[in-house]
Amino acid sequence: MMEDQKDVLILAIESSCDETAAAVVKNGRTVLSNVISSQIALHTLYGGVVPEIASRKHIEKINQVIEAALSEAEVTLSDVDAIGVTYGPGLVGALLVGVAEAKAIAYAAKKPLIGVHHIEGHIAANFIEHSELKPPFLSLVVSGGHTHLVRVKDYGKFDIIGRTRDDAAGEAFDKVARAIGLGYPGGPKIDKVSREGNPEAIVFPRAHVEDAPYDFSFSGVKSAVLNYINGCRMKGEEYSQADIAASFQKAVTDVLVSNAMHAVSEFKVDKFAIAGGVASNSALRQAMRSACEKRGVRLYYPSPVYCTDNAAMIGVAAYYEYIAGTRHGWDLNAVPNLKLGERYE
Amino acid sequence: MRILALDSSGLVASVAVAETDGKEEQLIAEYTVNYKKTHSQTLLPMLDEVAKMTELDMESVDAIAVAAGPGSFTGLRIGSATAKGLGLALNKPLIAVPTLEGLAYNLCGTQAVVCPVMDARRGQVYTGIYEFQGNELITLEGQMAIAIEELGQRLLKYDRRIVFLGDGVPVFREILTDQLLAGKDISFAPCNMNRQRAASVAALGIRYYRDGKFESAAEHEPDYLRVSQAERERRERRRQLQDEASY
Repeated sequence: MMEDQKDVLILAIESSCDETAAAVVKNGRTVLSNVISSQIALHTLYGGVVPEIASRKHIEKINQVIEAALSEAEVTLSDVDAIGVTYGPGLVGALLVGVAEAKAIAYAAKKPLIGVHHIEGHIAANFIEHSELKPPFLSLVVSGGHTHLVRVKDYGKFDIIGRTRDDAAGEAFDKVARAIGLGYPGGPKIDKVSREGNPEAIVFPRAHVEDAPYDFSFSGVKSAVLNYINGCRMKGEEYSQADIAASFQKAVTDVLVSNAMHAVSEFKVDKFAIAGGVASNSALRQAMRSACEKRGVRLYYPSPVYCTDNAAMIGVAAYYEYIAGTRHGWDLNAVPNLKLGERYE
Repeated sequence: MRILALDSSGLVASVAVAETDGKEEQLIAEYTVNYKKTHSQTLLPMLDEVAKMTELDMESVDAIAVAAGPGSFTGLRIGSATAKGLGLALNKPLIAVPTLEGLAYNLCGTQAVVCPVMDARRGQVYTGIYEFQGNELITLEGQMAIAIEELGQRLLKYDRRIVFLGDGVPVFREILTDQLLAGKDISFAPCNMNRQRAASVAALGIRYYRDGKFESAAEHEPDYLRVSQAERERRERRRQLQDEASY
């Protein structure tokens, strides 16, 4: 950033799933505030996110969250240069709360409006703590709703080279956690209990999709776990929760790492960034670290608070969209199935 | 006093601005569209159009009135989030106008009993029973979600004409006329007043604001009149378990 350039402040809003979040980000790299109101405790009662309940919570909390983000950043709305908001993908009712709110704020405060792709936000989360990270690089986005292998060609320019054909990785974690009695949310719980288990105890399948070397499929490994548990029950045998968790986790991370490394050799990159809620999984980080070291590739991942849904990452992505001249109109809508790299003007 | 009003509780999207000097009231603008339900795309452009057309300085608005439920859950939240965002940015209070009061106020001045009905699905209507004393809206029965048959029962005791309006009319007109209220003096409001209109929300908003009935943008949330389906099913399961346990 040149010294004669004015700082750019983005107020960002995120409400695509079960976190109501707002943040203020300076020049796309410095987080001045990052406020998150989580609904996890509420959805735990139902074993997963209930869209209508999530939407109701968003509208209840959103102004307080935005006001807290502004006051923690010690700025007012008039200091802000633009409003960024997640407009997809996600739960439509949940997205609409953030989108309607952001549009109204931008309109009344006479600020530009920038719609942000949620996954673009997750990838951008890596810029917050790694000032040296710049495109091009490869990224693996893994969360409860997404599993994407992405080529980041430039800021805001993406090619999806691989995706899941069925369950997202985090979704498989949730389903397996429920089956072995760990409850919701499954990711952190499996990660924790796996430390006590033997990852080689049970061999679950590693699915590779034919003719699509970068695609994923996790429904097979999930079913294998369910079959294994049923088999034990039929035979009246006890099973080890920790061994199942560790072996399942190993099966999932093996596939994620192997596809990622295949892409690293193919596209000859020396930087790799993981992103999304599952990016804070310790086994995935460990396996990616050693695989990247072997190939001389620098691995990046965000702190856990920037892995799960947050608005700081949306602010970062919005900044690069702002610099590139992206502006959305007052008719911006929520797009629940928004594709990465797709643009709705 | 200048009130900006929004209603996106049903199929209609509507924006209005009304003002009063304490004596004379006037409607400055109203933009109402009953076409396709894409409120998230239409509501703010409609406000922008109204503001441009009337050279409205948003800072000059004293409060934002919004049809606060019941209605389509998503529609209510689009209206509420828009009102909350405007309130936050302008630092102005919100006035939560119950949707059915807004609808009833379309018929301000009538001698008849006013009964707005909105189709609430699952065999129910969102409804309320109202009358007017001059320009004052009197609530005979506050807004509720009930079966159409129960509404019929509750209306039998009125010996005056009953006027129906709202998007429940096309769904329930026959059962009301031919069965539930056969022989009673009933009528159905014409198209200039039979759906949500932000002008009515604004007119009621003026009265609410005058009576101190407003809230901060942060504390406002819609009044859905119904819990979510997941919550309802969870309560039913717990009730069943309790019943089984008590045997």
